[in-house]
Amino acid sequence: MQYQPIIGLEIHLQPKTLSKMFCGCSSKYFELAPNTHTCPTCLGLPGALPVPNKQAIKQCIILALALNCEISEESKFDRKNYFYPDLPKGYQISQYDQPIGVNGFVEIDTAGDARRIRITRVHMEEDTGKSIHKGDKTLLDFNKSGVPLIEIVTEPDFTSKEEVDAFAKRLRQIIRYCDISNADMEKGQMRYELNISIHPSESKRLPDYKVEIKNIGSISVLQKVIDYEVKRQTELLNSGKQIEQETRGVRDMSGVTISQRSKEGSADYRYFPEPDIPPMRFDKKQIENVRKEIPELPQEKKWRYIQDYQLEPDTAETIVSYKSLYSFFEDALAQAPQPAKLAKDLSNWLVGDLRKLSKKHSVILSNSKVTPEYLVELVQLVQSGSVSKNIAKDVLSTVFNTGESPEDVIRKNNLAIIGDQDKLAKIVSKVIEANPKIVEDYKNRNANAIKFLVGQVMKETKGQADPILARQLLEKLLQSL
Amino acid sequence: MNLKTLSIKVLREDIKGNKDIAVQLYEHSKNLIEEVDPTLRAFVSYTFDKAKDSLVPVKGDLYGIPASIKDNYNWVGTHTTASSNILKNYQSPYNATVTVRLLEAGAMLMGKTNMDAFAHGSSTETSDFFITKNPHNMEHVPGGSSGGSAAAVAAGLCVYSIGSETAGSVRGPAAWCGVVGFTPTYGRISRYGLIAMGSSLDRPGVFTTNIEDAAVLLKILSGKDPKDATSLDEPALDLTGKLSSQIKGLRIGVPKQYFDDRINKEVTEAVVDALREYEKAGAILVDMDLLDPKYAVAVYTVVCRSEVSSNLARIDGIRYGHYADQEAESILEQISYNRGEGFGNEAKQRSMTGAYTLSAGYYDAYYKKAQKVRTMIIQDFHQAFDKVDVIVGPTMPTTAPKIGVTNNNPIFGELADQLTEASALAGLPCISIPIGKDHNNLPIGMQIVAKQKDELNVLNTAYAYETIINGFEI
Repeated sequence: MQYQPIIGLEIHLQPKTLSKMFCGCSSKYFELAPNTHTCPTCLGLPGALPVPNKQAIKQCIILALALNCEISEESKFDRKNYFYPDLPKGYQISQYDQPIGVNGFVEIDTAGDARRIRITRVHMEEDTGKSIHKGDKTLLDFNKSGVPLIEIVTEPDFTSKEEVDAFAKRLRQIIRYCDISNADMEKGQMRYELNISIHPSESKRLPDYKVEIKNIGSISVLQKVIDYEVKRQTELLNSGKQIEQETRGVRDMSGVTISQRSKEGSADYRYFPEPDIPPMRFDKKQIENVRKEIPELPQEKKWRYIQDYQLEPDTAETIVSYKSLYSFFEDALAQAPQPAKLAKDLSNWLVGDLRKLSKKHSVILSNSKVTPEYLVELVQLVQSGSVSKNIAKDVLSTVFNTGESPEDVIRKNNLAIIGDQDKLAKIVSKVIEANPKIVEDYKNRNANAIKFLVGQVMKETKGQADPILARQLLEKLLQSL
Repeated sequence: MNLKTLSIKVLREDIKGNKDIAVQLYEHSKNLIEEVDPTLRAFVSYTFDKAKDSLVPVKGDLYGIPASIKDNYNWVGTHTTASSNILKNYQSPYNATVTVRLLEAGAMLMGKTNMDAFAHGSSTETSDFFITKNPHNMEHVPGGSSGGSAAAVAAGLCVYSIGSETAGSVRGPAAWCGVVGFTPTYGRISRYGLIAMGSSLDRPGVFTTNIEDAAVLLKILSGKDPKDATSLDEPALDLTGKLSSQIKGLRIGVPKQYFDDRINKEVTEAVVDALREYEKAGAILVDMDLLDPKYAVAVYTVVCRSEVSSNLARIDGIRYGHYADQEAESILEQISYNRGEGFGNEAKQRSMTGAYTLSAGYYDAYYKKAQKVRTMIIQDFHQAFDKVDVIVGPTMPTTAPKIGVTNNNPIFGELADQLTEASALAGLPCISIPIGKDHNNLPIGMQIVAKQKDELNVLNTAYAYETIINGFEI
């Protein structure tokens, strides 16, 4: 039988803050000497107290707004109680029933179709320490203990790995646009948890189980895990077995999952309001002020490019996916005298030749010698017919290497289109003289003859001739013969 | 020299930066502690070396004045045990904000005082180490949980002591030991570095021999602490020049629920006598109703146990605290052994009760309901303080009972503290002052409570009584 997956995501994101969530320790922990960024609070010493990080809370609000959430006017922290050696207080400070943001959505495009993935909640919490298992010993590093985390929970709205991929990428873009985090998965700044179950494609009923897969550290592994789980669960169902409700972990980068614990003995975290931190109130005005700090987000930008400038959807998607590209593009548009006329060509030059050049030479676009201004100049020269498109490609390459302006390159190397009748007429006469046999063919109404002669003119002028003018002149001269 | 008749104010004048006098006070206090404390047992540990170190350089309002601090305040270079076995060898790497502010004011702390382990009790009998005795009668308890602090001041071993109160842990022992016990508004003094019992209730408080000293300590210890998110966003409260014994027109609320037959007759009579003195001095007595204390007892029991169960979770023996020898199969089993061996019965009982009241399925019936009733108690006080300036009543329902009273009586504390729990749940500033003795020569305490942040009316009302009787007899 054919099955379709039903997938929900939970994402943990480390926002950019100088200090930890509830103490003044630096929030840096990646590849640092163990237990060097700790204090009584993040070590959970008796008597130490948490003081919430305002910057982290603001970032959480920004992200919740960017994900179209409603912001709770009243919010609070709660304690999630459980024992684990890397949880030094015996509880994690998190948010239970009054998260900062609820009921949001993210719009994604897959296979030419726009879809909304609903966001259940966005809340603030702290990270735990790290257990390092060495032989029969376990070492504890508390540098990560108390580092701020924003948790984003989606509804089970995904039905394919392509949708998950589009969402994961769009989410990461939103986070970067808002400058909340670098969302660098290799540094553990962003981690995924997956809830996945499958049901017959034609069935409307939701499955009565879900499998949770924890701690997925890259988008590509996320894809592999979905493939693996769909296959595993399909095989189980096809062989008449039931699928257990359980938590699984990722074995390695291959996406293979292994059972960790069954849900039946699920923990009671005994949540209750954190008495060490007063409840938070956000008034509407405060929230609106924060909203003003949110820049134009990728989906809006993409639609603006398509509607205002008629960009190809794929080109627009590529541009909005990278800050280097959209910054360059917008800078260029800002300098263009008629942005609407140039935009589409600009986008193609940018995503095409210029991006290829900078990739080939490993140059960051913002450091490239081709400035937005130069690209505008080049597109204008092409559009006005001053230089042919083919030659313009070489001009771009030269500008990229030398930093000279396109006009200078064209002038110095005499690359401008020869549109001067007299000058071109001489070359046309020369070509006709040199090719008597083709001229015969022309007279015998061989349709290819004129094309060949135009080609010869282009060759003679190293591509600089205006081909239309060349053809007109050729035909005129040939008919007079 | 008798420290019971002296005060911070008098000694500060005497010392005036003279190190020799401070050394004499140090010697006096140390000798007396060494003589008396082996029987009294007010101290968990002595900090004589650190006390002596505090004399150089000469500085601060508390310079050279013998003092002590409850063993649940973190203090670098001392053991901080909260009188518990599980933290018996714990030495803190950081100072509580209270400790910092005392040391900056030059405090000469002679030792750390005994308490009910983790402040779980009202007798100091549940200390995991030993029982502190009541200086007025060594067969009786001093009260608790800050029993060591109250006993140390009552015995004249030091001039003041720092305690902490969750319900009646300052007022109670102050009443039973016959000293002044003052607890300002919740958040007035930082909790940072005070080993938590019930975080939404815990408040630092002070034991003194007179009201002016309470104001001096309030000035030194209060003021916003950026390390405590629940501390009041106000500067230090200085009432030292503002105390007045003039109480003409002061409206004193007398709640009838605090004077009924649950309260020992000798105690109520003493309080009624004191109230007559107030009336003579021009105060207006207002008969009034408050919610029955039994509701506060129920709410307090649930809220406090719930918070305790979570607050004690950090003490798992992994990073600090008792580590069991028993071979464990898993890390969770190891934690169970550490805690099972390390914690005393009271801590275990409270943790288990609290885990139960927070469990899925019981949370609504216990914790959530308790929070609702807590809100009602707070509103009850709000309404009361529309009509009166302070509320006065007995601090404790009896005088100090005999040692052994808590055996087989798991809610002894709740009953002993029944008159202090409502105001604790509302975080109100309050004080207990000595107003006389019963037929066994045991002290009787009277409490004064005002609305949040109104420490001035609390201290003035107490100061008026102190003035009427020409000073407390400690």
